[in-house]
Amino acid sequence: MKVLVPVKRVVDYNVKIRVKADGSGVETANVKMSMNPFDEIAVEQAVRLKEAGAAEEVVAVSIGPQQAQETIRTALAMGADRGIHIKHDGEVEPLAVAKLLKAVVEKEGPELVLTGKQAIDDDCNQTGQMLAALLGWAQGTFASKLEIADGGAKVTREVDGGLETIQLKLPAIVSVDLRLNEPRYASLPNIMKAKKKPIDAHEPADFGVDPTPRLKTVKVSEPPPRQGGIKVESVDELVEKLKTEAKVI
Amino acid sequence: MDFSPSEEQRLLIEMARRFVEEELYPHERTVEETDEVPVEVAERIKQKSRELGLYAAAMPEELGGGGLDTLSMTMLDRELGRASYALHYTVYRPSNILQACVGEQREKYLLPCIRGEKVDCLAMTEPGAGSDVRGMNCRAVRDGDDFVINGTKHFISHADWADFVILMAATGEEDGPRGPRKKITTFLIDKGWPGFTIRPGYKNVSMRGYHNFILEFDDCRVPASQVLGEVDKGFDVANDWLGATRLQVAGTCLGRCDRALELATQWAVDRKQFGQPIGKFQGVSFKLADMALRLRQAELVTYEAAWKHDQGTMTDSDAAMAKLAATEALAFIADEAIQIHGGMGLMNELPLEMIWRDARLERIWEGTSEIQRHIISRGLLRPLGG
Ligand SMILES: Cc1cc2nc3c(=O)[nH]c(=O)nc-3n(C[C@H](O)[C@H](O)[C@H](O)COP(=O)(O)OP(=O)(O)OC[C@H]3O[C@@H](n4cnc5c(N)ncnc54)[C@H](O)[C@@H]3O)c2cc1C
Repeated sequence: MKVLVPVKRVVDYNVKIRVKADGSGVETANVKMSMNPFDEIAVEQAVRLKEAGAAEEVVAVSIGPQQAQETIRTALAMGADRGIHIKHDGEVEPLAVAKLLKAVVEKEGPELVLTGKQAIDDDCNQTGQMLAALLGWAQGTFASKLEIADGGAKVTREVDGGLETIQLKLPAIVSVDLRLNEPRYASLPNIMKAKKKPIDAHEPADFGVDPTPRLKTVKVSEPPPRQGGIKVESVDELVEKLKTEAKVI
Repeated sequence: MDFSPSEEQRLLIEMARRFVEEELYPHERTVEETDEVPVEVAERIKQKSRELGLYAAAMPEELGGGGLDTLSMTMLDRELGRASYALHYTVYRPSNILQACVGEQREKYLLPCIRGEKVDCLAMTEPGAGSDVRGMNCRAVRDGDDFVINGTKHFISHADWADFVILMAATGEEDGPRGPRKKITTFLIDKGWPGFTIRPGYKNVSMRGYHNFILEFDDCRVPASQVLGEVDKGFDVANDWLGATRLQVAGTCLGRCDRALELATQWAVDRKQFGQPIGKFQGVSFKLADMALRLRQAELVTYEAAWKHDQGTMTDSDAAMAKLAATEALAFIADEAIQIHGGMGLMNELPLEMIWRDARLERIWEGTSEIQRHIISRGLLRPLGG
C-alpha cells in the first residue's frame, strides 16, 4: 500500500501571531514557519504504518512556495520515502489544494491519503473532505485511532459526546486529530538519510489546475483585548448581564 | 561565506531545540536547587539522546558516532548549550583525543564511550599548574614495562561520572626554543586502579550539578600499554585533538546568549513602566542592540573557526578568538539581560541568574581570556620576532 501525506508550511504554533498593519493578513516576514502540527501527526501515522508492514511507501506532498521543500524535508527526516513539491507563491484555498491533490492521487495511485484535520493558519478543515468528494472515495475525519485490516480502514473518530468507530473501504481519505499519536523527533541518522531522498518539483499548471483564489479577504483584525472580570451581586444580575452584555443566553 | 544552516543543519537544530525544551528545561530547577542531576533523569536523557543520535554526535560514523562536521556540531552545541550545563552535558561528547586510541585501547576506551557504556574525564590542571600547564608536577617515571605515577590534579570535571581518566603527566625535560621545558605524556587510567584515588573538589558558584574533583596518584603503577599516543608527545596529541574543545565552549555559550537575549527582548516588550513598554526607552532598546551585535560577532567568529576546522585550516588564533568572543559576549549579554529585567532578573523564577553565574566560569576554563589573548597576540608578534 502506498500512503500519500499532504503537508503544509504554516506559521509555527509557538509564534505570537501579529496582524499586518494594513489588515490584509498576518505578518509572516521573519516569522518561524514549520509543518502544520496535524500534518506531523499524519506523517507519523504513515511512517508507523510502514514500520508495521501495512504500507510500503510514504510520499509527502506540499503545495506552497520554494521553502515548502523544507517542510517536505522534515517529513522525509521523520521517515517518508520521497516528496512532491508543487510550487506556488500566493495563497491557495482548500478547493485548489484538493484539486491538485486529486491530480497527484491519480498519478501516484495511493490507497490511503492521510491529511491533518485542518491547518492551524486558516483553520479551514475542508481539504480532506473536498478531496474525498472529488475522488469519490470514502472518508474518515478527525481520526484518533486508525487500523488497517481486511482490505479496509477502521477509524475511531472524535465526535461531540464521545468516540465513533467506522469501517472504510480502501482507497480512502483519513484526516487525523490531535490524539492519534505523538510525532517523533527526526533522529540525526534519519536527517542525514533525508538528504538523499528525492523531491519531485512541479507547478500547478502541470496538473491543469488554476490555483487563483476564489475568495477575497476583506479584513483581518486582532481579537479584542481581554477585559478584566467583574463581580456580580446576585444570580439575577448574573443572568441579566449574560443576556444583555455577554449576549450568550 | 554563508553560515546560514543547510537543510540538514536546520533539521538538526529543530530536533535539538525540541529535545532541549522537552527533556532538559523541565529539570533545570531541580538541578539548580539540589546541585545534582537525579540519576533517573540522567539515564533518560542519555537514552533519548542515543536514540536521536545526539550522543557522541561528533565522532566519526564508521566508529558508531554521528559523523557531524565541526560546523554542524557547533550549531548542535549552541542548541544544547541553552540549557543547564550539567543537564546538557549528559548528552555526552567523548573527548576527541580518544581518537588517538590504538589497538586494544579502541575496544577498551574509545568505542565504549561512543556506545554510551563509558565516560571519560580529562586531567591536566594542578594546584600549582593552571594556565601554565607545562609547569605540571605530576610525574610518570618509567620502570621496566610500567610507569609509576605520583602527583595531584585538581578542578577535574565530572570525575564522578567518568569510568577512566585521560591523564597528562610529566615524563622528563627537553630543550625547547625558549629554554628547558617538561615533556608530557598522556595516559588512560581506570578508576579503581591501585594508587589512584578521587576525592570531591570544591563547591562552585557556576554549573550546579556538574562537579569537580581532586585526583591523587600515589605510586600508581600502570603498564606502558596505557599510554595514549606516543611517550613524551602528550602535547602533540592534545594539539591534534583538543582544538575543537574551544569551539565547543564557544558553541554552548552562543546558545545561552540566544536564550538570554530572547528573554530580555520579550521582557522589554511586556514590562511596562511610566506607562509604556520599557523597550520604548532608548536606555533599554540600545542595550538590546548592543547585545544582538555582540552575539552576531561571536557567532561569525565561531562559525568561521568551525568551518576552517572542517577545512583543516583552523589556527590556534582562530580557536582562541572564537572562545574569547563567545565567552565574553555571554558575560556581557547575561549581565545586560539581568539589568533589563531589573530585580526579577536575579530571582530563580527565571534562568537568567543561572546563565549569569555559569557565564563566569566560561572565561576561565579551557584557557582563561588572558591566555586566549596571549595566543592571539603571539600569532601577531612572533612572525615579526616580537
Ligand atoms: C569548574 C572548573 C572545572 C574545570 N575542569 C577541568 C578539567 O576537567 N580538567 C582540567 O584539566 N582542568 C579543569 N579546569 C581547570 C581550568 O582549565 C583552569 O582553571 C584554567 O586553565 C586556569 O587555571 P587556574 O585556575 O590555575 O588559574 P591561573 O593559571 O592561576 O590564573 C590566574 C590568573 O592569572 C592569569 N594568567 C596566568 N598566566 C597568564 C599569562 N601568561 N598572561 C596573562 N595572564 C595570565 C590568568 O588569566 C588568571 O586571570 C577546571 C576549572 C574549573 C574552575
